[in-house]
Amino acid sequence: MTGVESVETMPVRTGDDVVRVRQLVRTRAKAVRLSLVDQTKLVTAASELARNIVTYGGAGTVRVETITKGGRHAVRATFSDTGPGIPDVELALTDGWTSGTGLGLGLSGARRLVDEFDIDTEVGKGTTVTVVKWTR
Amino acid sequence: MERVPILRFGDALLVSIQIDLRDDTVLALQEDLAERIVASGASGVLIDISAVEIVDSFIGRMFASIAALSRILDAETVVAGMRPAVAITLVELGLSLDGVRTALDLDKGLAILNRLAARRGLRDDTDELPGGDGEQPLTRAAPVS
Repeated sequence: MTGVESVETMPVRTGDDVVRVRQLVRTRAKAVRLSLVDQTKLVTAASELARNIVTYGGAGTVRVETITKGGRHAVRATFSDTGPGIPDVELALTDGWTSGTGLGLGLSGARRLVDEFDIDTEVGKGTTVTVVKWTR
Repeated sequence: MERVPILRFGDALLVSIQIDLRDDTVLALQEDLAERIVASGASGVLIDISAVEIVDSFIGRMFASIAALSRILDAETVVAGMRPAVAITLVELGLSLDGVRTALDLDKGLAILNRLAARRGLRDDTDELPGGDGEQPLTRAAPVS
């Protein structure tokens, strides 16, 4: 049984929104009592993924929710955009690969910082990335 | 957009980041610092990040480019006060901050800059040529083995 609660959705279009996403995810991570290191990892991953929306997707949304399973809690964050999509996901998840001007650590780095990572993308339709971080 | 203030502190420039960094704030800081280094002739830049709660790949890359930029403009950069959780996250993210000198706190950062300034004085006295390897400024004044 997985319980989902406190769902919150916000638009992501600008650099200010990226900062707001960090703050929202930080608040939730604190609320479920993730350790400071895990909070920092989740917020950093969220920052990378929110920036990807602004840089590549143009605009999108972030949904943040709290989930509970077997006495453990987690924060799940879902990053959706209706941008160009990713033609080769495996390549996009490779360290150092970048389609833009970044370091190519955004997707691959974010994946390393969370417990669960899921990516759903279709060329021409958009990309949805879901990350989960559990309490220990 | 908020701008991060740059303070003159002896021979160095001091930057203390107290806000949640937006990407354009980071880019503006980089440009402001370059201008201030040239205008002031500062030999060092000390960046206090003890209040910074996250450093993602963009912000991390900014530290690396500020360090590289200052070096080209004949100034050394020290990033001081990184929180342990931030350091752990950076490493896992895959960012090693190559070429960025770090210090545990502002005092230690300032000590590093003073030491480098002293070496720089030596170097100027003996008119020794820099080693040419910008990635290892700590050994710049040492004889090439």
